Amino acid sequence: MIVNEQVAVDHGLKKDEYAKICELLKRTPNITELGIFSAMWNEHCSYKSSRLHLKKLPTKGKKVIQGPGENAGVIDIEDNDAIVFKIESHNHPSFIEPYQGAATGVGGIMRDVFTMGARPIANLNSIHFGSPQHKKTKNLLRGVVHGIGGYGNCMGVPTIAGQTSFDSSYNGNILVNAMTLGLVKKDKIFYSKAAGLNKPVIYVGSKTGRDGIHGASMASASFDEKIEEKKPTVQVGDPFTEKLLLEACLELMAGDSIIAIQDMGAAGLTSSSIEMASKGNLGIEINLNKVPCREAKMTPYEIMLSESQERMLIVLENGKEEQAKKIFDKWNLDFAVIGKTTKSKKIELYFDEEKVADIPVNTLVENSPMYDRKWKKAKLPKKNKIKKEDIKHLKIIDVLKKILANPNICSKEWIWQQYDHTVMGDTIQKPGGDAGVVKVHGTDKAVAASVDSSAVYCWAHPLTGGKQVVCESFRNLISVGAKPIAITNCLNFGSPENEENMGEFVECVQGIGEASEYLKFPVVSGNVSFYNQTKDEGIKPTPAIGGVGLIKDYKNMITMDVKEVNNLVLVIGKTEGHIDQSLFARNILDEKNGPPPEINLFNEKNNGETLLKLIDNNLIKSAHDVSLGGIITAVAKMCIRGKKGINIKKPKYLINEMEYFFAEDQGRYIVEINKKDFKKVADILNKNAVHFDELGTINENELYINDKTKVTIDELSSSNKSWLTNYMSK
Amino acid sequence: MKSSVITFPGSNCDRDMDVALKKFGFKNKMVWHADAELPKSDLVVLPGGFSYGDYLRCGSMASKSKIMQSVINFANSGGMVMGICNGFQILVETGLVPGVLLRNKYLEFICKNVFVKINDKKNKYFKNVDNDVLEFHIAHNEGNYFCTNDQLKEIEDNNQIAINYCDENGNIEDQFNPNGSIKNIAGIFNKEKNILGMMPHPERMIDTSLSGEDGSLFFKNLINNLK
Repeated sequence: MIVNEQVAVDHGLKKDEYAKICELLKRTPNITELGIFSAMWNEHCSYKSSRLHLKKLPTKGKKVIQGPGENAGVIDIEDNDAIVFKIESHNHPSFIEPYQGAATGVGGIMRDVFTMGARPIANLNSIHFGSPQHKKTKNLLRGVVHGIGGYGNCMGVPTIAGQTSFDSSYNGNILVNAMTLGLVKKDKIFYSKAAGLNKPVIYVGSKTGRDGIHGASMASASFDEKIEEKKPTVQVGDPFTEKLLLEACLELMAGDSIIAIQDMGAAGLTSSSIEMASKGNLGIEINLNKVPCREAKMTPYEIMLSESQERMLIVLENGKEEQAKKIFDKWNLDFAVIGKTTKSKKIELYFDEEKVADIPVNTLVENSPMYDRKWKKAKLPKKNKIKKEDIKHLKIIDVLKKILANPNICSKEWIWQQYDHTVMGDTIQKPGGDAGVVKVHGTDKAVAASVDSSAVYCWAHPLTGGKQVVCESFRNLISVGAKPIAITNCLNFGSPENEENMGEFVECVQGIGEASEYLKFPVVSGNVSFYNQTKDEGIKPTPAIGGVGLIKDYKNMITMDVKEVNNLVLVIGKTEGHIDQSLFARNILDEKNGPPPEINLFNEKNNGETLLKLIDNNLIKSAHDVSLGGIITAVAKMCIRGKKGINIKKPKYLINEMEYFFAEDQGRYIVEINKKDFKKVADILNKNAVHFDELGTINENELYINDKTKVTIDELSSSNKSWLTNYMSK
Repeated sequence: MKSSVITFPGSNCDRDMDVALKKFGFKNKMVWHADAELPKSDLVVLPGGFSYGDYLRCGSMASKSKIMQSVINFANSGGMVMGICNGFQILVETGLVPGVLLRNKYLEFICKNVFVKINDKKNKYFKNVDNDVLEFHIAHNEGNYFCTNDQLKEIEDNNQIAINYCDENGNIEDQFNPNGSIKNIAGIFNKEKNILGMMPHPERMIDTSLSGEDGSLFFKNLINNLK
């Protein structure tokens, strides 16, 4: 095939990018080389629109062992233990083929983690669907949930937490973000930097097939009406093979024969070999005839661009090939020496004894395009004034029941019951709480993880929204008694070529950066997904933040279910009555304008750290952060989980009852304490200048508000639990 | 007491079972599926997971593993063999216990706590367990037990049903059946009751900080009964 500008454009490259390729090579690339450039230079692999802005994120900290740039981030959890974690998107494929798209998303992120020598110990996910009324939503949800479960369950890694939302902006572009945490010894972490000349380059895992070719390019473009034709670009997963690959890799890693290891994810053999060479400042020579292929007569182009799953590339010490091969033979996996490291600093590929590609590594990596895209700064919307007559007719219990049954608030048990969340025998906080918690196997330590996003806030004001998501993650970890350590981010946006979408990206990233800097909650890994857009319509900006924290003694873990009748319930943090962009405003008053709640980073940090002090002093019986739906929704959920009630009185505030109960001011928590501890708790809060309200007292089974209106917890529970089950069984 | 846990390619509850057995005093060995010899054991466990990826039929390929001939011989000579979840599926594929395990009634994987009622205590697995009802944990996609009417009659005549899904008070009713199993069957024995196959995972219930502690009861009792 003759390569020209049109062929390059068909590969998703821009005309000037093609010109730059010819200039860098000082010749026209052949088709294999063009394929390699298109795979490395697309948005998904090159981060060409985002790199400039991502550089500004804080990535360092005392506990950070490895920040962005490797397969995943690594943090120190003491005693020579470390946690490897990352979140990644698989949005485009999951819309085209929900089961396989979601499954391979989970498979891919687990590979990123065990590539570094860590055994995966927990999975999480953040999934977003169109309006429940949209004709595709139900099948997409079912397919994605089955796919996530199908892969994670088979791998034997518990899925411990997640987030699901519905919004019509995802009608044409769903989001599937998967996160994995792995446990590794600090002195046994593996990296992808090749080193040494003439070291054997080894291919292990599944055979290479024709699936997923151009997957990364597909994920770097908007959708149009021909989207169904893209099905062949979706990879097909085989969790069984990945389980074998996991065990085989960990067995090999127990020895000392690996120099570098890299999984074949997006852009398969191309990106894995190039990344290893680039990081090691070396060249790699590969004989493509040696690559194990699933199908006959695969071309060099297809072999290099296939995104077949469950494959790894390893640079091994000389002379260790036989010993390594034995391990992969035991696990029935392919093992092939396909090339070697060279000093050429080039990727040189051979096929049928002919050189089929010869590209300097730096042209693919350092010289890849980087754009300073135009972007528009978002204005802070004006506040709405709620008119008294708009809320006069509302009854608080009716509103609460509606909110508890809202698709974005309701119980997601239908989803997480389909995920094995207890395998590995270390899950001490199951899905449905503020964060999932797993014990560090065989120790008293536990690791908490949560994944959060607030697309509505980010859409209303990206800078504030970006900050808010980081704060929410911080709060969720603190609510289970964990000290927050670091985050990973999955940045899901529309087209970077659209100034408004690009502006959303830039400002969300800025907000994330500011909050994570202030809270000392650095970003150690992440992923960007642009072009979540169908024709001209993009999704609401949806940065998802995965936070990880440490609980030194698992017995001090906190859960959100209320524990004992007569205990006191407090609200930590001040309620100003911010209603704009709240669930109450958007769904009850049908008011979609206005600014999101303000973020005060000082209060956020101070309130959170003070709560941790209370927890350390064993003064907290249960805790839950206040988020969507405000104080009363948070309290109702705690009561539903604890199967007990509460007598609530609105403290004397200037704001009205609706504002107090449904406002979504930030930096707040609900906590349950024993009455006899009140003085101690109040002292600590006052000493740290943390505002708190006395909200009420736990009772047997009723929510009783201001001595006049009440509802049984069973009734609230059924509002909360029935929506999703009913929706899926219809 | 010596125990052996078999690891098949795709097993993923083998470590959890190892942890549980050791916690309650067993000297446990992990045995690789391609080995021919079973170490000297008082109890052999086929653990949960997705042996051979559940391809073809759950448990079917594992039932033809090299080690399984030794396990079958051991079982036929009266040795204690317990299959949990995928291990139960392997047991029905070998024919060591009757029946088959179909996909769950609602075609969905289920992971949750359930209550089971002990149907028979005249065996080494449940003898001396004080409680009649245990809270166990299930996590499976194919736990819908089925057998022919003739088989069912035989199973019932021989009192081979080990445990049934029920509520916390021991009521065995349809609404407490998570997967559509015939007669709410959660576990069954062979005729001699040295072989037990069950869907629930007692190894995930060995600590109050986990799903619960009824698994501890089960294992403590099991090792005492074997002594």
